[in-house]
Amino acid sequence: MARFLLRRLAWFAITLWVVMSLSFALMRAVPGGPFDGERRLSAAIERNVAQRYHLDWPLWRQYLQYTGPLNLDEGRAGFLGGNGTRRFGGLLTGDLGPSFKHRDYTVNQIIAESLPISMALGIAAMAWALALGLGAGVLSAVRRGGKIDVGVRLIATLGIAVPNFVVASLLILVFSFGAGLLPVAGWGSARHLVLPALALGAPFAAHIARLARTGMLEVLSQDHIRTARAKGLPERIVVLRHALRGGVLPVVSYLGPAAAGILTGSLVIERIFAIPGTGTHFVNSALGRDYTLAMGVTLLYTALVYTLNTAVDVIYRLLDPRIELGGEGR
Amino acid sequence: MSVSGALPTPRALLSILLMALLGLGALLGLGRLARSARLQRADFVFNNGSDVSSLDPAAVTGTPEGRLLRAISEGLVIRDPRSLEPMGGAAHSWERSEDGLVWTFHLREDARWTNGDPVEAADFVFSFERLLDPATAAPYAYQLYPVVGARAYNTEVDEAGRPAHDFADTVGIRKLAPLELEIRLEASTPYFLDLLAFHALLPVNRRALEEARSRWGASWEQEWLRPENIVTNGAFRVLERRLGDRIRLVRNRDYWDADSVALESIDVLAIENQATMLNLYLTGEVDWIERLAPSLVPRLREREDYHAEPYLGAYFYRFNVTRAPFGDVRIRRALALAVDRRAICDLVLKGGQGVSWGLVPPGFDGYAYPRMAHTERGGEEAMDEEQALAADCEEARALIAEAGFGPEGEPFPPIELHYNNAESHREIALVVAERWQRELGIEVLLLNQEWKLYLGTQRNLGYDISRSSWIGDYPDPNTFLDVFKTDGENNRTGWGNADYDRLIEAAAAEPDLERRLEVLAEAEGILLEELPILPIYSYVTQNLVHPRLGGFWGNLQDEHPPRFFYWMDDEELARSRAGL
Repeated sequence: MARFLLRRLAWFAITLWVVMSLSFALMRAVPGGPFDGERRLSAAIERNVAQRYHLDWPLWRQYLQYTGPLNLDEGRAGFLGGNGTRRFGGLLTGDLGPSFKHRDYTVNQIIAESLPISMALGIAAMAWALALGLGAGVLSAVRRGGKIDVGVRLIATLGIAVPNFVVASLLILVFSFGAGLLPVAGWGSARHLVLPALALGAPFAAHIARLARTGMLEVLSQDHIRTARAKGLPERIVVLRHALRGGVLPVVSYLGPAAAGILTGSLVIERIFAIPGTGTHFVNSALGRDYTLAMGVTLLYTALVYTLNTAVDVIYRLLDPRIELGGEGR
Repeated sequence: MSVSGALPTPRALLSILLMALLGLGALLGLGRLARSARLQRADFVFNNGSDVSSLDPAAVTGTPEGRLLRAISEGLVIRDPRSLEPMGGAAHSWERSEDGLVWTFHLREDARWTNGDPVEAADFVFSFERLLDPATAAPYAYQLYPVVGARAYNTEVDEAGRPAHDFADTVGIRKLAPLELEIRLEASTPYFLDLLAFHALLPVNRRALEEARSRWGASWEQEWLRPENIVTNGAFRVLERRLGDRIRLVRNRDYWDADSVALESIDVLAIENQATMLNLYLTGEVDWIERLAPSLVPRLREREDYHAEPYLGAYFYRFNVTRAPFGDVRIRRALALAVDRRAICDLVLKGGQGVSWGLVPPGFDGYAYPRMAHTERGGEEAMDEEQALAADCEEARALIAEAGFGPEGEPFPPIELHYNNAESHREIALVVAERWQRELGIEVLLLNQEWKLYLGTQRNLGYDISRSSWIGDYPDPNTFLDVFKTDGENNRTGWGNADYDRLIEAAAAEPDLERRLEVLAEAEGILLEELPILPIYSYVTQNLVHPRLGGFWGNLQDEHPPRFFYWMDDEELARSRAGL
């Protein structure tokens, strides 16, 4: 296990570096800069702005400034010709730099402010998707061919096919304008979380229901279940204690991608419900050529997806010891 | 693995524990977040359309920033919310010399910063010097260029990158007494007071800035503008700032005119999605929204809370005159004639926008408003819209034939119509392209680009015909006409005309206001003969405002300072409804 984790850590560093370099190159290759606006500034003012943000530096130097750990601007170390007030900086010191668009914030501050909100939304969405998806899936498998099964399968298919912004609009129509129960949008109380979490989790709940059903059906037909039934155990115990453990494996392996999907896919929901999460920054920073913020959020998502997938591998292994991790002991 | 189910194995126990911990953490996190995020609804809530990029007046350019900064800071001059006439702000009065070149401002004795400091002439000298300092890299530094020496100070630097001139010696801004400020101008600038009311020229507190610099070192620029550190002098203070969500403002009790400010607290929202903000407005969560989706406007127009007023904005197409065949004025004129402007205003936009035959939008008294030559519509003798458009298209065909294209000449090359990603731009382009194809037999390709790409294409003259618009910075025709000076940064057509440039410069130096407007109209006349642009329509404002909100008036620049807002009681509401 330790070797597996170490190996994963090494790959993590390499992945981050590749993603960082690629996104740096891509951001700079796209035409247009962070300070281009409808009104063009005079050449002299444009020069002032470029100098201030070091956009007039050669790209290699901007890249090294971004990665760090040595700072290269006026505050750089004395042996590099600077005044030494800020010798270190950049990604390697954990500093993602100042945002170009949100000039009163650093990228670290923006992420610290918005990520907990996206996480809260994601966790709430995931929680109900899991609860509903698992429950419906297991029930559907146990009652295979019955009315419940047909109903669950129908709703699940719909849930996967209908995009979440349609679900969101329907929810707003019914619960806000219709029943007047919940706010249409905004952020500030637990009530504000309900509709976006429902809309965000819906397709995942549907997917989980289908996976759980398939997994359970497979396990329920296996020998050890027949043995358990033959021993005269009540059906409830057979299902919950013996079948469920194997039956949820497909769901567990889906959790990693699902969690990543919920986090990175929340941007549409965040916009519809005006939720100040990270998703909005992901899109707006790319459109606004906010180089540092776009790269910061990209790196954040890379780290999250990687960590979540690793966590799933570990949980998978804990649930089923027959599974080998990353070729260990091969 | 346990099969009997008597006791879970340590491994299973661990996984259960892990899950439970995760769940617990999630719940705790959610609870904490919900508590910390709770905020009572403010007295008044409006949507600003996006996050403000900064609270530093020297750093910002956009409309949302201007709206917010003018609520929390006060310049020398503010403007009447109805007429936009200049009124006393931090300065209670001012004098102008005979020739209009020297202005003296008298500051209020009772004006205070939120840190208790008096607001003095030195604050404005410091703030204007900072705005012009090349190291500040202020995008809107040019708003001060009418001041003697300002342009040179802002743009000329020595080898070390420091200003090549001394501010006190060369720039015409100085303190005469603690509460007396003198500003000297290069030329009499009739709209100078409007410039002073512009958000880039709002003051910043020197002490706060310098303390922040020494206290926070490299990160002072983020720290000094945080709600707990920012020092301002306006009617409202910043209480809380949540990125992507809202800025909470509260009444500034130390403001010199605090007694006349009615609202105790304001929430400034940053909602970008049009449907979302409309939903919030319809459910009473927001009291004022703008920028409404065109598809909804016909239904919203009927409401009593919908406000549409002429707005200082022009929508037009640019011709790239460096590309054949658009270098030929006959081609430009032909294309400009064969556009169904009425259909664009009535069928696409539907918000009461006005058909436009020129660049400068309506609203300036005493301005002659030259128009490009076209068949007159309406009136007793004149043709109706359809006949007039047919006549214009007839002339357009003749012009194209004269330029050597058409059935008897060369085939007209396909043209590319360039616009940025937005539904209404596409629909307008379709109306235009359809008419050109049908009436002139010209093949039109639509080229749609994302905003920054679009800007780049327009700047590098990489287009044939490109969608454009211009919003006036100050209420004077010059704010539009100035754009098309030869090689102007925002010209972006490749067009230039020496007579035009001369007239714009002559107008700037003309002390007689009537004569000045005549000169500007003469310049626009040249522009509309040469037509490097294709006029389409002039803007209207679109505001949905709570019927009970008082102190909200329509004006040319769509400016609505919240310090004048108040809630009407039933009686006043009834009166205001009766007045409608």
